[in-house]
Order: sequence, then structure tokens, then C-alpha cells
Amino acid sequence: MKHTLVVLVENKPGVLTHVSGLISRRNFNIESINAGYTEEADMSRITIEVDADDEYELEQVVNQLSKLIDVIKIIDLTGKDRVHRDLALIKVKASPENRAEIVNLAEIFRAHIVDVNKETMIIELTGEDVKIDAICELLDDYGIIEIVRTGKIAICRGPKAAKDV
Amino acid sequence: MKMTGAQAIIECLKKEDVQVVFGYPGGSVLTLYDALYMSEFPHVLPRHEQGAIHAADGYARATGKVGVCMATSGPGATNLITGIATAYMDSIPLVLITGQVAVPFLGRDSFQEADIRGITTPITKHNYLVRDVRDLPKTVKEAFHIARTGRPGPVLIDIPKNIFAEVIDFAYPAEVNLRGYTPISEGDSQTMDAVFDELKFAQKPLFFVGGGLNLSDTSEIMRKIVAYTGVPTVSSLMGLGCISSDDPCFFGMIGMHGTYAGNMSTTETDLLIGIGVRFDDRVTGRLDQFASNAKIVHFDIDPAEINKNVRANIRVIGDLRWTLEKFYQKLQEKPAQEWQDQFKPWLEKLSGWKKEKPLTYKKDTDEILPQPIIEKICEITEGNAVIVTDVGQNQMWTAQFYGFKHPRSLLTSGGLGTMGYGLPASMGAQVGGPNKKVICICGDGGFMMNCQELMTIADLNLSVKVMILNNRSLGMVAQWQREFYNSHYAHSCMRTKADFVEIAKAMGVPAVRLDKKEEIEAVLKKAIFSEGPFLVDIRIPEEEDVLPMVPTGAGLNQMILGG
Repeated sequence: MKHTLVVLVENKPGVLTHVSGLISRRNFNIESINAGYTEEADMSRITIEVDADDEYELEQVVNQLSKLIDVIKIIDLTGKDRVHRDLALIKVKASPENRAEIVNLAEIFRAHIVDVNKETMIIELTGEDVKIDAICELLDDYGIIEIVRTGKIAICRGPKAAKDV
Repeated sequence: MKMTGAQAIIECLKKEDVQVVFGYPGGSVLTLYDALYMSEFPHVLPRHEQGAIHAADGYARATGKVGVCMATSGPGATNLITGIATAYMDSIPLVLITGQVAVPFLGRDSFQEADIRGITTPITKHNYLVRDVRDLPKTVKEAFHIARTGRPGPVLIDIPKNIFAEVIDFAYPAEVNLRGYTPISEGDSQTMDAVFDELKFAQKPLFFVGGGLNLSDTSEIMRKIVAYTGVPTVSSLMGLGCISSDDPCFFGMIGMHGTYAGNMSTTETDLLIGIGVRFDDRVTGRLDQFASNAKIVHFDIDPAEINKNVRANIRVIGDLRWTLEKFYQKLQEKPAQEWQDQFKPWLEKLSGWKKEKPLTYKKDTDEILPQPIIEKICEITEGNAVIVTDVGQNQMWTAQFYGFKHPRSLLTSGGLGTMGYGLPASMGAQVGGPNKKVICICGDGGFMMNCQELMTIADLNLSVKVMILNNRSLGMVAQWQREFYNSHYAHSCMRTKADFVEIAKAMGVPAVRLDKKEEIEAVLKKAIFSEGPFLVDIRIPEEEDVLPMVPTGAGLNQMILGG
């Protein structure tokens, strides 16, 4: 089962290496990992999507990560009321003939066209991963040249911050 | 007070009450070594960085203090790796200070540059690269705090050359502030009720004690618990000495080379209480057959150890200094006699097993067997020595046949199984406890791996007695080849022209060869009661096995027995 973990860490050099190194050497299955700044200058937030076979495996992931000195807190957002998003930039082949079709498609998905040239377009799409997968499948017919995705980020609904949960 | 980074480190070491450092100089730590020189700080110079770190490790295990080790950048630092991994696997508190190339040279493949922080990330509890001299005192303070609190472990501080020379206004922080690190000291007292209830209804409970008791110095309270309840007790390799081997409730080590009674008891027990253990594969054998009739209670300070290998029905997380005290108090709710009566039939069953199939060896032989040698060393030292082993057959025979009576009296590389550990670790143990008899029991293979430290031992006139169980082979490897590879002795034979007695003498250590059975007692006594270091080259047969043995992948009750 997939779990979304929020890992709050000290904003120090080498922390991401410690986190990602631990994940690989302990043989944990990670679907995606994303790191970025937060509301606090000295704290970073790493969102990890982990595929755990059972509760024991998940417990190991959380407990082993918690042992890292620079990990401040870990919150499992799975099952919590939350919003999660992935951002994708997709470069797709777009000749003058099918340009309009692609624009229509993008509109259906509420995606933005952020760049156009004679041969290609860049489409920006934010959403849950299934939505991004869906547009990619459709765009594949025109010829996708390049995709870049951020990986999942997530936040809880309600007035509290994850660190205070 | 204004001082250089190097001087600041010396001040930090003094504040942390460090008595001695083990280290080896080199280019990027010259400034640090100059500060050591000027302050006349006690320093032991081994002949190899690996010797330095195993010595610091032996010092830490023997004394319970944090061991400190220094090395230069690049090869100096990488020579520490095996020692760091050894300490990490056995949760030994160490602080390692390595030099690094100057900040402007970082990341350019400079002379003697190695990314030691990257390399040691998987084998340290934490590590640092100090880029600003103002961070030095805080970093050293944190490093010692992290190394010695919670589940102990090695912490490395990598310091670029220029940082040692830069000047700061020194102030040592009074406390550490690490919001991501709050080691558990107290546990949850409600779990004690649950453990109590389980024990109340158990017929065949078993205490399984481990290295956590040695590390937390809680052997005394554990002995009280065993005496009060009369629960049979077994140990991991790392837990030996916590319960005295002559305690009638104690049934020795369990696992691959465990005792018959100990291993059988794990199969039959209905309540296994693991205390400061990590259920290593060498202990459990085949996991699904380990204690398969038992509920499992697990006492540990590290939550990540719970359910890692063995599923615990009740988890008692906390510092053993707290949890065992609480457990002992809780047990008082039932009188000692009632506990002991409850478990008497079970205890008698184990005693029967022990009597029926004790650890044994061939008695009618003219050869010098390793097992009676260990027994004799135990007899001569009355079980009061600090025994340091190497890894392999010598280690297992020592674990089986030396009757350990005291905590911290067996120093051995359990988790990593590092050959070459014994000699330098015994040197460190001797530096830490000069009034104790330190005996290094090793094989001919492991001895050679760090034999250069014999020079250090001789030069410092350290009273280390080295007993080489010399079988002219890599005994444990050969044993497996005998058992599982049709006696194909692939590169495990070490018949050599070299003479260990002459090697020792050349390095300044008196030595004798022991190859006559009738001389055993006289030679061992001479070695053990001599002043300063001594080495005995003990000629044991080439094909002696460590038994019992549980083959890999088998349950603990499927032992190959000896004798």
C-alpha cells in the first residue's frame, strides 16, 4: 500500500543525502521524493511516497528515518484529509495542423500552454498524479518529447500545520 | 578567550573529560597535532589508523566512556572505515575527528581528499563537515552528546585543514539544542503491567539478554530480576558477562554456536523476553522457527529495533536503566518464592538439558585443544580478566568456554565480525583499565591482520597477553568448507614459514610457543602473571570444529552436536 510521508528536516547541507541514502540501503520502496523550503527558514520539507507491504514495513521506514539526527518530525498523511499535487511540464510535438487540438485538450485538463514554437509546445499541468498520467496518455498520440514532474507534494486540510499535528 | 580551531578542539576534549585520544598524524591535521603537542594532551600512536580506531573502540567498551580517535584526510580517514562500521554495528560510543583538505580545495579531487562524510553516512550515528570555525565548539559538544546518549554509536567530525588554524573566541556551549534528537530515557509504565500479566500466566518464560545491558551498565538490576523470579536466562554473544556464568538460572549463549540447553529453550519457551537485543540472524536461525511457541516481549531503547526481525507482542521502549528498575519494582507485587515455584519445573527441564548435553570436546587426546585452553585461562584468571577476542573460531570457543562473570569483560566484534579487531582493541582496553588483566584471544589469521600493533603494545609496555590459537588456517572458513563444500579448503590454509614467536620478539614482546600438552598450565601462568606484554603461540590442531552448530537456514533445535 502506498503511503505519503511528510518528513520535516533541518535545513542543512547533506540532509537529503542522509534521508535518501537510508531509504536505499534499508531496501525501502520509494515511488517519489520531493524536497523544498518551508515557512521556516531553518526547516525543509521532504515528501516521500513509499510503497510498504505491511504495517511493519511502514513502521520500519518511519522508525529508521526518525533516528536520523536532522529529521525533526515525520507525519503519515495517508488516510488524513489532505490535498496533494504533482506539477508536470510536458514538451509535445505540435505542428500548425494539430496545434488547436492540443490546445483544446489542455483546456479540458485546465492545463496551461507556457511555450509554443513551430514544432512543439510546452504544457504545464498541476494536479493529482492520475490526472497527469491521463493527459500524458492522450498527448502521446502527438509525440511527447520530454516530461518533467516534481513528484507528489501534500498538505493537510484544516487550520493546523503538519508540524503541530 | 581567543584561540585557534585546533586549540579549541583540545579545550572541547578537556571539557568532555576525555583522558586519551588514539590517532595518527598526517598533512591536514598537522595544526591539530601541534596543539596536542603544545598542550601535552595524552595521545596513543598506533602503527595503522585501523589500530587507532579499534583501540578507541576497545577503550570505550572496557570503560563505558566515549572513545576518541583522530586521523588525517583521505587515506587516513578511509583506514578508519572498518573500525567505524564495527563500532556502529555494536553501538559503541566513539567520536572521530578527521582532517580534510582546506575549504577552497574541497570537491576538486585534491591531494589526500576523500568524501569521508559521504562514505561514513551509512555507518555513523551522525556525521559533520565543519565549514566555519565558529561552529566547532557546538559541533564537538553535539558529537559527544549524540555518541553517548540514547543508543550509543560513532559520530564523525570532518574538519578542513584551514579551520584548525582560524581563530575564534572560544566558548563551550552549556547544552545542546537538537530538536530532531530526543533520546528516550523513560518508558511507559503501563507496559510493565502487560509484561507482568504475561509472566504471571507463563509456564516456560525465558529472559534473553544482550549487549544493551553491557552498554547501559544494567547488569546488576538484571541479576536481581533473575534471582527474584528464577526465570531461566540465555544470552547473545554481546550479552555475555551480564549474568554470571555460574548463576544456576543461566544457560549460556544461544544461536548458531549456542548451547544445547539454550537453543532448545528458545524452541519450547512460551514467553520470550528479549532485553537489549536485536534478534540478529546469527541468534535466531530460521526466523519462522524462532521462539515459534512464544509470545515475545522486547525491551529496547531504539524503537526501530522493535519488529525489525522478530514481531513483538509487547514492546517496552525506553532506557534499560529506567525500564528494568520499573520492571523489578512491578515484580515485587508477587513474592519471590511464588515466582520461583511457578517456574521451577521449567528451570529443572533446562538444567536437565544442560546436564545431558553440556558443551564438550574430545578428552582423550595428546593434542592441545582450544577449548581446554580457554577453560584454563578462565581458571587462572578466575574469570576476572577482560577478554578481547578476534573473530571466528577463537571468538566462539571463548564465548563458549570462558565463564564470564562480569559485564564489560568480553570485548568482541559481534555485529560486523571484524577480523583484526582483537589485538588493537585489547591495547585500547588496557589503556582504559590499567589495573585489569587484558587477554587477547585470537587466531593466526586475525592476529596477522593488525599485528603491527604489537609494536605499539611493546613500546608502551602495555600488559596485554596475546594468546594465538594457531591452527595454520582460517579455522571458521575451513570448518564451513569441511561441512558444506566437500572439504575443499579454498585458500583457507595458512601454513607458513613465519614464526609468531620471532615476530613478537622482533617487535619487542616476549613470546613462547606452546606445543606440548604437559606445558599448558606452566606456560599460560607464566604469560598471564608476567609484567608487561606477552605472546603465546599455541599450536592447536588444524581440523577442530566449533560445536554445536546450527546450519544457516535451520531452526535452533536442529543442531549438529559435538563431543
